[in-house]
Amino acid sequence: MPSLWIGHDDVEDLGLGASALGTGGGGSSAIVRLMLHEAIDKHGPVEVVALEDLDPKAMLFPVAFAGAPVAYIEKCISGNEATLAYELASKRFGRAPIAVLPLEVGGASSLYPLVVAAELGIPCVDADTIRRAFPMVHMTQFTLAGISVSPCFVIDIKGNALTLDMTSNVAGEAMMRAIFVEMGMFAVVAGYFVTVQQTADHGVPGSLTYALELGRRISRIQHGFDGAYEGFLRCAEAQALFEGKIVDLDRRTEDGWSRGTVKLESLDDPSKTFEIDFQNENLVARSNGIVVATVPDLITLIDLENAVPMTTEELAYGQRMRVIAMPAHERWLTPPGLELVGPRAFGYDFDYISYRGVQ
Amino acid sequence: MTRVRIGIDVGGTNTDAVAVDEAGNVLAWHKTPSTPSVAEGIQIALAAVIKDVDVSRVTRVMLGTTQALNALIQRRGVNKVGILRIGAPAFNAVPPLAGWPADLVEAVRGPVALVAGGHEYDGRAISPLDEEAVRVFARECDGAVKAIAITSIFSPVTSEHEVRAREIVAQELGEGFAISLGSEVAGVGLLERENAAILNGSLTGIAHEVVSSLSVAVERAGIAADLYLTQNDGTLLRALDALHRPVLTVASGATNSMRGAAYLTGLSDAIVLDVGGTSTDVGLLVDGFPRMSAHSVEIGGVQTNFRMPDLISVGLGGGSIVEPGAAVGPGSVGYRLTSDALVFGGTTLTLSDCSVAAGRASFGDFPERASAIDSELLATVIAHIDSRFEVLCDRIKASRSDVPVIVVGGGEHLVPKSIAGTSQVVRPDFADVANAVGATVADVSGSVDRNFVYSLSSRDECLDEAKRTALGAATRAGADPLKVRISSVVEIPVPYMPGDCTRVVVKASGPLAD
Repeated sequence: MPSLWIGHDDVEDLGLGASALGTGGGGSSAIVRLMLHEAIDKHGPVEVVALEDLDPKAMLFPVAFAGAPVAYIEKCISGNEATLAYELASKRFGRAPIAVLPLEVGGASSLYPLVVAAELGIPCVDADTIRRAFPMVHMTQFTLAGISVSPCFVIDIKGNALTLDMTSNVAGEAMMRAIFVEMGMFAVVAGYFVTVQQTADHGVPGSLTYALELGRRISRIQHGFDGAYEGFLRCAEAQALFEGKIVDLDRRTEDGWSRGTVKLESLDDPSKTFEIDFQNENLVARSNGIVVATVPDLITLIDLENAVPMTTEELAYGQRMRVIAMPAHERWLTPPGLELVGPRAFGYDFDYISYRGVQ
Repeated sequence: MTRVRIGIDVGGTNTDAVAVDEAGNVLAWHKTPSTPSVAEGIQIALAAVIKDVDVSRVTRVMLGTTQALNALIQRRGVNKVGILRIGAPAFNAVPPLAGWPADLVEAVRGPVALVAGGHEYDGRAISPLDEEAVRVFARECDGAVKAIAITSIFSPVTSEHEVRAREIVAQELGEGFAISLGSEVAGVGLLERENAAILNGSLTGIAHEVVSSLSVAVERAGIAADLYLTQNDGTLLRALDALHRPVLTVASGATNSMRGAAYLTGLSDAIVLDVGGTSTDVGLLVDGFPRMSAHSVEIGGVQTNFRMPDLISVGLGGGSIVEPGAAVGPGSVGYRLTSDALVFGGTTLTLSDCSVAAGRASFGDFPERASAIDSELLATVIAHIDSRFEVLCDRIKASRSDVPVIVVGGGEHLVPKSIAGTSQVVRPDFADVANAVGATVADVSGSVDRNFVYSLSSRDECLDEAKRTALGAATRAGADPLKVRISSVVEIPVPYMPGDCTRVVVKASGPLAD
């Protein structure tokens, strides 16, 4: 397959697609879009390659940034972090990774691996390990396959570099949260080192091009093309769940998580209400009190006026929203997948409910 | 003897002025075309409204203007700015001015330096301020720029490094050099705050022109009053402070118009329809203030984190052209209404002609020409605009209960007598100068935007501290200590943190103390 070259014209669309896959979490992509424009200015368009075009035995460089949105809107990337992690990884493994692997295509972090690829002068693979945003380090499909997050390199903006070897991916999550606090709530993470073949077998191939396609469809809605919204729903295999106005918003912090509930009321019939629970990402949607969609399917709010996919931080009373559900990658819907990231993994006492067929 | 306030609105097309007494009566108003020199328009409008007013009674003059905004949009009269960012290497991946329109970068960009320093979310220093690098930057700016913008990472938490850098720059370049600090013009969000500080520096020259025009006009009129400019959020800034923070005054127009609508009608919760010649803006008043947009806005193509009134704008106005087949707008004859519309002797069918034909308005030199409009076409057009206004009002409403609608602007005749889903349609007197009226009733405010760690004390104690800080800031800005109140509290939890770290944004406002 010929490589895809990401240039300035693709950045906004990719950002829109990433926001939709962010499913309310992961923060705004505005800063990373600027960063990617800068990187393209400096290094030219970024090459995105399909897994089948690479040596199956070659090693990839899986990377993301992580932290609290309120920290990274103040104190973002220096630009040296990934290079440092790449050097540490090359030394540790005795060979240099040949391409960047995005850990998470969903939310603000999605575009960052492209910046890293531009800086390292290597391509980025069209794949990831989630195809949406999740709040915890161990919530990847690699965990399902028994692939360890360790060794994992955590680098802060000053260049403090930690190499973590941990007993489990769940332990990795706890360890990293503690480290993030000391690092000022924001760091670059390179972990889950894998080969091209392992990614093809256990990751999600095609997720970058998927995000780009979704973004292009959303952009068509924004530009008022006839039938663009329906076209987007069809392309994403998404279902429109509700249209309404935000009438209540309850936000709270619990154990370091940003949790809350947003309540909407139908524009046509005020007796119809809709609620969405979130913990960083949107988790559970209820129509008149009845659960109609749950994690790991993607519940996304899109502004009715300007078709912007909204993060939970951006929600406010009175906004008019469309609520849609998009399918999680199929592996998330297997019993082990649901055990790791289904409703019970987020503290609910009920099982996954598919939005498909909801009227 | 009752005191008089004067409100002035300097727009791109017209300069309006009103004189209002303590009881809230509009004593006089005047509308005059804006002039190339701001000073002239202000003098004409001011002279007209004080003709019958004892100038010794005028205690306050408030001015709202789009001059600075237009300068940014047209890249005209903006000056170069030296740009200092403190916090390197953090955020080096996105340099200052990233994402700015190229021609504005050209007009604004002076020396740029990224130096070590800045703070963490909790106030710890990331590293000490690199004072030597600040000195080198200052010397580079000498003779190259008229203004300097200094922004430090997490300066809303602590502005220590911004303040120290300002001292160093002042030592090198002399006191009186225009220095903008990020923490003085915007809240959390480094790039947006830096953008605001740079825009602020670039407006130094314009701010000087506007404020000195106002001072001179007021002095010539024999008025000895306190002078204020209205800010983007609808509250007042002393004219002398506006010299240093012009970016805070760039977009007060919509807010002034809505506040004016509230004042002229006495309504505090209402929909406001501002119908002009080309477009209609609809906004919502909640508790006497415009509901603000959730999205931050761009100014002159530059991303800021300023919030503006949540408006829906559509191409529907008195000059909107009716196409064959009864399609309306978005084309408009605009300022040519009085020559191109049928009732003014022109050949273009506009919505103003339809208003005259439908008996909603009576103006024009040839009103009889409106009666020649095909009655079926007229009925279709009127039904169309009535439903457009109905949909607009419904879209902006926050709840399903019926609220009143206030109509202001020159195209008010387009709006029907009643609109479904609303309780009444109110057309106040002086609706044409609602902007200037809004300026006279603006409050003063103070605010705080920073992160608190609730577990270090408690949520209540943190919120109390934030509220006290905001109230203190409002009182220092001139608010009546007895009437100042907290106007908004927003808590945004910061995830990943143990200890319930929360970003708290509190705003206090109140009327000026007498």
